[in-house]
Amino acid sequence: MKRIVIVGNGMVGYKLCEKLRSRSAEVEIIVYGEEPRPAYDRVHLSSYFSGSTADDLLMAPASWYVENNITLHTGELVIDIDREKKTIKTHMGRHDHYDHLVLATGSSAFVPTIDGVERDGVFVYRTIEDLNDIIAYSKKVKRGAVMGGGLLGLEAAKALIDLGLETHVVEFAPRLMPRQIDDAASEVLAHKLSQLGITIHLGKNTKSIDGNGKLEGLSFADGSKLDIEMLVISAGIRPRDELAKATLLNVHPRGGILVDQHLRTNDENIFAIGESAVFNNMVYGLVAPGYEMADIVARQITGDNAKTFNGFDMSTKLKLIGVDVGSFGDPFCDNTPSIPIVFKNKHKGVYKRINISEDGKLLLGGILIGDASQYNILHQMVANKMPLPENPETLIIGNGSAKGGDEGAGVKGLPDTAQICSCENITKGELVHQITECGITSVDGLKKSTKACTGCGGCTPLVNDLLKITLESMGHKVKKVLCEHFDFSRQELYDLIKVKGIKSYDALLDMHGKGDGCEICKPAVASLMASIWNDLILEQDTIQDSNDRFLANIQRGGTYSVVPRIAGGEITPQKLSAIGRIAEKYNLYTKITGGQRIDMFGARMDQLPDIWEELVAEGFESGHAYGKSLRTIKSCVGSTWCRYGVQDSVSFAVLIEERYKGLRAPHKLKGAVSGCIRECAEAQSKDFGIIATDKGWNLYVCGNGGARPQHAKLLVTDVDSETCIKYIDRFLMYYIRTADPLTRTATWLNKLDGGLEYLYDVVVNDSLGIGEMLEKEMEGLIATYHCEWKKVVEDPALRAKFRHFVNSDDADENIEYVDMRGQKCPVDWNKK
Amino acid sequence: MEILNAIKTFKPEVETEVNVWFKAAHVTAFPENGGACVKYKDMQVAVFNFTRRNEWFACQNLCPHKMQMVLSRGMVGSVEGEPKVACPFHKKTFSLKTGECLNAEECSIAVFPVKIEDGYVHIGFTK
Ligand code: SRM
Ligand SMILES: Cc1cc2nc3c(=O)[nH]c(=O)nc-3n(C[C@H](O)[C@H](O)[C@H](O)COP(=O)(O)OP(=O)(O)OC[C@H]3O[C@@H](n4cnc5c(N)ncnc54)[C@H](O)[C@@H]3O)c2cc1C
Ligand code: SF4
Ligand code: FES
Repeated sequence: MKRIVIVGNGMVGYKLCEKLRSRSAEVEIIVYGEEPRPAYDRVHLSSYFSGSTADDLLMAPASWYVENNITLHTGELVIDIDREKKTIKTHMGRHDHYDHLVLATGSSAFVPTIDGVERDGVFVYRTIEDLNDIIAYSKKVKRGAVMGGGLLGLEAAKALIDLGLETHVVEFAPRLMPRQIDDAASEVLAHKLSQLGITIHLGKNTKSIDGNGKLEGLSFADGSKLDIEMLVISAGIRPRDELAKATLLNVHPRGGILVDQHLRTNDENIFAIGESAVFNNMVYGLVAPGYEMADIVARQITGDNAKTFNGFDMSTKLKLIGVDVGSFGDPFCDNTPSIPIVFKNKHKGVYKRINISEDGKLLLGGILIGDASQYNILHQMVANKMPLPENPETLIIGNGSAKGGDEGAGVKGLPDTAQICSCENITKGELVHQITECGITSVDGLKKSTKACTGCGGCTPLVNDLLKITLESMGHKVKKVLCEHFDFSRQELYDLIKVKGIKSYDALLDMHGKGDGCEICKPAVASLMASIWNDLILEQDTIQDSNDRFLANIQRGGTYSVVPRIAGGEITPQKLSAIGRIAEKYNLYTKITGGQRIDMFGARMDQLPDIWEELVAEGFESGHAYGKSLRTIKSCVGSTWCRYGVQDSVSFAVLIEERYKGLRAPHKLKGAVSGCIRECAEAQSKDFGIIATDKGWNLYVCGNGGARPQHAKLLVTDVDSETCIKYIDRFLMYYIRTADPLTRTATWLNKLDGGLEYLYDVVVNDSLGIGEMLEKEMEGLIATYHCEWKKVVEDPALRAKFRHFVNSDDADENIEYVDMRGQKCPVDWNKK
Repeated sequence: MEILNAIKTFKPEVETEVNVWFKAAHVTAFPENGGACVKYKDMQVAVFNFTRRNEWFACQNLCPHKMQMVLSRGMVGSVEGEPKVACPFHKKTFSLKTGECLNAEECSIAVFPVKIEDGYVHIGFTK
């Protein structure tokens, strides 16, 4: 049996294991990796800062290597190769024989020789250990900088922001990402990044890293200085060719192991792949080319010499800090005659450039900043030399919409050979084959059968579109069904429940569904029934989403938060003291929320009824923070106290919050009332917002904060209180009846045919003739309001549902806390 | 009660190793189509009364994703006929038959056999 030794267990080394094993069970595979753990996903390293654990990042657990009969030695560095005897030696003195040796040693961060780089507080950004060091050090300091404004540098800058540091980026070149984007794009990107709180310093040549033992600042060649306490160096990568050098394999003068089209070094039994290899004077610092190399070497070793490596497209799309950045094909065309077409809107932070061939027939490359929604399709047009449309500018300007429609049409035009997933090298033809011949009907299914979308994930939207159009072309009606248990959309189920008077989930499933239900359809139906019948939700507690089932929001560690309603944010001193007293008694962490009320965190499930009993006795009601229901109506102080106020915004906010409290909807609902145009209650970011005018109120609808902020749209102006409420009734009820599950009003409006004008027609002109019906339905819901917690507190059977154990009165002793600024707080996910 | 006496979940490979049948609580202590938590020695066990399938299941209460003691508060359901529970935190789902994670690469969870005798829920353990 052939014995293959792989040096390096990074992403590419791992991919080689996978490819080799899937091609042959007949080779022995032995892997040496220097790092203490099996290969992990370096591309998503930064997600370590947003909750991913080291285990989440693993490409495959250690057990995978065992199951696939691969011997993995972690924490073991290969230090020598004897090419004559075909053996390697590790730092632990182990010798091993090979028939083929593959060097997948990757690269290390390049650290320039600058005075003071050895100081405490200077880091690189490459491994999980680096990240742990950065996290630990960041706790002691306030100001940090990243040296290097390239792709990785900007990612490191985002990490510093996440760690709560004042963040600077220092770049030697006169622009950011000098290898991917041009000056104008850099300017737009820099502007966007500065809005996110990152200070950018361009054209700065760092002369020394200063400090007294630990780092205190940087000095630049132009004489200026920057005070910082920690520095992350991201000035490029250096291929790890030390092992190759030591055994006299050919290396590039600037580093990297020289390979030919077959990825062979000058020793025919030794291959090099991934970031340690140099092909045609080039190091390929991305995973996709590395995976391609792994594939080719796996073929060579198993006797298929046909496929060769011929360079690789270095197009990239970045998942940066909420700013899209894409660079594809030849972004600059410095040496190729071409016609650039540029669209720029600095105010919006959007820059798009495409380079067209002189004859106007082909797309050569381009740059996208701020909106990279067309990246996939443009990239495909370059890669497949697809003919350009008559007016190529429509590619980036379009008709103003970046909706999927155009993309879908684009996917249709792609040839079968078009590579859709570059990480796994999957073509359109292969995906279509899976759908048409193998009966796959979901993106998840395609992920499983082809591994598409499992690398960087950038191709997911394209795969989605492809699935949709392929299914449609097969005559499948692509219908929005809830899940495998119901062949209906939410709106269809709404009608079924209402018309047939169905009151329980089980009855609905018996009559109109199949199987046993799941975590998607149960909460959706629960929400529908609450919106239609408004029965006590605990009558069907096990179909409620977990937060609704226990009438509280579950927190890290398994405790819950308690949020009483404080309508309009107005509270008496007595009630404030009551919250203080109760929080103290149960040792709860307290915080003012972003919704103008008070949240008490850290209650054990079994304590919830006792805590609420005391709150109810003090006159509080449930705040429904756990439900897809009305949250808060924020208010500003308005004409009662404010010198500018023109209406009494607090009273109106309280009135509105009392009116709609407990109302359940497809998603949560938020409102606000501002007393004048200065808008201190931020009403224009709410599902419905009201702003006072001299003559009455202006009503705005369908705003959203959150991940995709959107300003609310003005529906009517200068209406009196009664009319305002009438329109809100109609608007909310129409939304409740027609929106898909978990769709906020903003998204709902974006998808509504006819948009705002249509909504105006329905709500104000009553074009469907349902105005009165909608108002009646709302009246019905308001009339049946009840405080869920009051019901629980009063009913021993309901209270019993909150015990932790059914066979013991013990509390859950697994919950651990740490102290933070004098209050308790649950231990970190990672620390358990 | 007759029907409750039948052993509803039978796992031969596990069943043969059962040395202790722990009498946990009366069937009425468990909500229909839902779960509750049972304490056995120092262990927390999630027990599900899957009324719709007329089956009972038990598994560890700890979700392996972020090590949270919460699976008993998860929602039961099925995927292509396979009974499963969804963790309330991040909706990772696990087969109630095999313990296998169905929608992610989490490790499997331990499942235990359950039988109902005289209206009481019994869970099988090796020790
Ligand atoms: C407590 C609070 C943060 C705080 O400490 O201030 C908070 C906490 C949570 N928010 Fe929020 N949001 C809070 C105000 C906000 C605000 C500000 C506001 O309401 O003015 C927003 C932006 C406004 C908006 O919604 O448009 C906000 C946008 C979100 C979103 C994104 C929604 C979106 O459409 O993109 C989510 C995720 C979701 O709902 O799917 C979310 C989800 C959550 C959840 C429920 C996440 C979860 O499932 O555990 C958090 C639960 C905490 C808990 O257990 O109580 N929270 N959240 C705030 C509670 C307000 C209240 O009194 O009820
Ligand atoms: C923060 C960050 C973000 C990134 N983002 C992207 C992205 O968005 N898209 C993209 O395409 N790429 C991205 N990359 C680059 C991508 O991670 C690399 O291209 C890829 O990891 C290269 O894989 P590799 O196996 O060649 O090298 P590595 O992953 O570096 O693995 C090499 C391994 O070999 C080990 N090793 C070295 N020498 C020896 C020896 N003598 N004995 C034993 N073991 C040895 C090393 O310790 C290491 O574990 C990013 C990289 C970083 C650091
Ligand atoms: S409170 Fe809101 S913004 Fe803060 S972590 Fe939770 S969901 Fe995210
Ligand atoms: S803790 Fe269970 S899914 Fe995350």
